[in-house]
Amino acid sequence: MENQSTRDAYGDALVRLGEENNNIVAMDADLSVSTQTYKFFKKFPDRFVNVGCAEQNLIGIAAGLAISGKIPYISTYAIFLSRAWEQIRNTVAYDSLNIKMAVSHSGFTNGNDGASHQALEDIAIMRVIPHMRVIVPADAIETKFVVQQESTQKGPSYIRLNREKTPIIFDDSYCINDKVITLHDGSDIAIFATGTMVHIALEAYDLLKADSIDSTIINVHTIKPLDIKGVVHAAKNCGAVISIEEHSIIGGLGSAISEVLTSEYPVFHNKIGVNDTFGESGDYRSLLKKHKLDPQNISRNAKELIKKK
Amino acid sequence: MEFSDTLEDLAKKVRIDILKMTSKAGSGHPGGSLSCVDILVTVYFKILNHKPNIPDWEDRDRFILSKGHAAPALYSILAKCGYISERELNGFRNLGSILQGHPDRKLPGVEVSTGSLGQGLSIAAGVALSAKMNRKNYYTYVLIGDGECDEGQIWEAAMFASHNKLDNLIAIVDRNKFQIDDLTENVVALEPFSKKWESFGWHACEIDGNNIHELVNIFRQIKPLTGKPKVIIAHTLKGKGISFMEGSNEYHGKCLTNEECIRACKELS
Repeated sequence: MENQSTRDAYGDALVRLGEENNNIVAMDADLSVSTQTYKFFKKFPDRFVNVGCAEQNLIGIAAGLAISGKIPYISTYAIFLSRAWEQIRNTVAYDSLNIKMAVSHSGFTNGNDGASHQALEDIAIMRVIPHMRVIVPADAIETKFVVQQESTQKGPSYIRLNREKTPIIFDDSYCINDKVITLHDGSDIAIFATGTMVHIALEAYDLLKADSIDSTIINVHTIKPLDIKGVVHAAKNCGAVISIEEHSIIGGLGSAISEVLTSEYPVFHNKIGVNDTFGESGDYRSLLKKHKLDPQNISRNAKELIKKK
Repeated sequence: MEFSDTLEDLAKKVRIDILKMTSKAGSGHPGGSLSCVDILVTVYFKILNHKPNIPDWEDRDRFILSKGHAAPALYSILAKCGYISERELNGFRNLGSILQGHPDRKLPGVEVSTGSLGQGLSIAAGVALSAKMNRKNYYTYVLIGDGECDEGQIWEAAMFASHNKLDNLIAIVDRNKFQIDDLTENVVALEPFSKKWESFGWHACEIDGNNIHELVNIFRQIKPLTGKPKVIIAHTLKGKGISFMEGSNEYHGKCLTNEECIRACKELS
């Protein structure tokens, strides 16, 4: 199957959801082509709301629609939604409103636009809010299921999407719940990955395998609520873990895993992510390489960590 | 509410509740609660189409208190309407009470939690938009403070509401002239305020917001106007009703001592 971005899959999935459920309303803040919500607009113009580039109002209008029984799916770039963090915290989350925030261009996937357009802290600031679900689909198929699943979950969700075309990992037999998905079940080291880093972790699996290292590869699509049992199980089986995310090493997937393992089953844990710094302009692949979000770095880390066991 | 009460009598009772609640709690915002009492009394007892015994009645008019710090005024009114029992007022701001420092959606009669300023107009516009989408005839009312009009989100919402021709949305600004630090005109001037709203595509009018008769008339006058959202700039006095509080900003976030409270309640009764 051809590579596809999760934002593309989102645009299509939202139209399908709109066909099934009249209460679905799509909203955007003047980026509907980039976020792909324009597909919904074309099909259901009466159920599409564009607030212009006004993210605080985006949240307020969505809140008004949600308390009136609608299910708003709202989109903009990940970085710009952060601008309305306090509104999200005090209205959307405090009142547990049924609002799904599906944001695009997360991580480095807005490469050439530079630091101002790259969201590397969003998992952290969303995860810290009570009632909030935080989900990062790994491919187009998973995105489709997440969009569907969240419409049946009461309360707010943050769905982190991206613009880069990435490999398809799953097929239509995919089935989602809040549990982590084990893609390879090895015993030497457990590698937890989320979003765009899942296919990178799968490449690392092959590298490690070539060196006779048997790794566990786990897709953590739902960072909150985290599948604690699944995380602990992998740590017990392998005795050392790595986390990788296209996000700051502070507050994201790695932190979520640490929070669990330090109290439940302490093992060595290397966090691979953006090391407390801003991004810059550059093409996506080069940025990933610069920040060592690549299979080779996972492989290096795995070998070092295994020695410590 | 006693059957023989006039709305003015009722407003006095609400003012007494506000003073007692805040003094007992030892915190709260008496000044800005007192200024908007007459607006709330008018809205809840003359304008709003609602059924307190069925708080989530589908066709009810919606009311949102964007200036959530006026919660004591709202809670007293909700009790007088029958949404909550009068007894609950004693627990205001206490641990375990359903009466939080700022309105909470879990309370019957509260459409959405508020307290962080500048957000109520957006939410009200969303509710009004939903009514249009569903071809419902209910109206959405929102009370905002003048100080919170410093927030950019108010003006984002103002543009949105007029762009979408939300003529089922009526905003009331409690224009009591003060915000926490000083007069609004000294902090960041709002005037020419009415013209700002008009230039944002709203139908705007100004009245004495402490005169219930005027309030009733203006609501009746503007409700049928079509094509634009409407705003009533209600000129009020901070601390209205109590001689030593009126027109002063001292009691924005400070409550009365027991002795002051007794003196103030005497003035009102």
